[in-house]
Amino acid sequence: MSERSTSTGPGRVLVAVYAIFALSATARSVVQIATDFDAAPLAYTLSAFAAAVYIAATVGLARGIRPLAWTACAVEAVGVFTVGTISVVASEDFPDATVWSVYGQGYGYVPAVLPFLGLVWLWRTRESRE
Amino acid sequence: MAWVLTLMSLVIMAWAGALSIRNRPVNDALFYAAAALEIAVVAVVIGGFIALGATDRSVDGITFVGYLITIVLILPIGVAWGASDKSRWGTGVVVIAAFLIIVLSWRLVQIWQGTHV
Repeated sequence: MSERSTSTGPGRVLVAVYAIFALSATARSVVQIATDFDAAPLAYTLSAFAAAVYIAATVGLARGIRPLAWTACAVEAVGVFTVGTISVVASEDFPDATVWSVYGQGYGYVPAVLPFLGLVWLWRTRESRE
Repeated sequence: MAWVLTLMSLVIMAWAGALSIRNRPVNDALFYAAAALEIAVVAVVIGGFIALGATDRSVDGITFVGYLITIVLILPIGVAWGASDKSRWGTGVVVIAAFLIIVLSWRLVQIWQGTHV
């Protein structure tokens, strides 16, 4: 096996950033759903979904579970641009923000960049034939 | 208080950033500096709980307490995660952890003042 670990080197920083987003997205969605779910059911359900994806990506990268990490990063990439675009075009459906609203504007657009860093990292550390 | 945490965090960010650029892992001096910052964070958190208990104003208590608990955990977890990697990326994690302290301390101020979204 010549696969490189996904949690050392640059992966250290990547896992740290993913863990932060897992934590903040989870906390945000728990508060949203617990306090006022009926105000924006779609946005809050997406918040919870985003939180689950970040948790999966964090665990996948930290423990080197590649299929999980690949899936989570890919779903995240699709999710942030789908939700981002919908939140711009149909903002009335999003009275309250999610992590992915407007491509992660509330989080310095990090959510828009992060999945691609994750995918590049997984690609760079894949099993090499050299 | 948020300014004190911000200044201390900026020092640690610059220091850890310099170590990261020179491809050094977390050293003893940086560890003690991070410990000093953590002591300041704990002091702020204790003050925050006391202030929350004493105030008559309506503060978003659940969110405030959530942030207080989170900010205490950031440095121990971040430094432990960073110190276990003996490359530039380990100190890179410490840069992010210190940055997060700044973000969280200003969010605490916003929540306390009731100006958060």
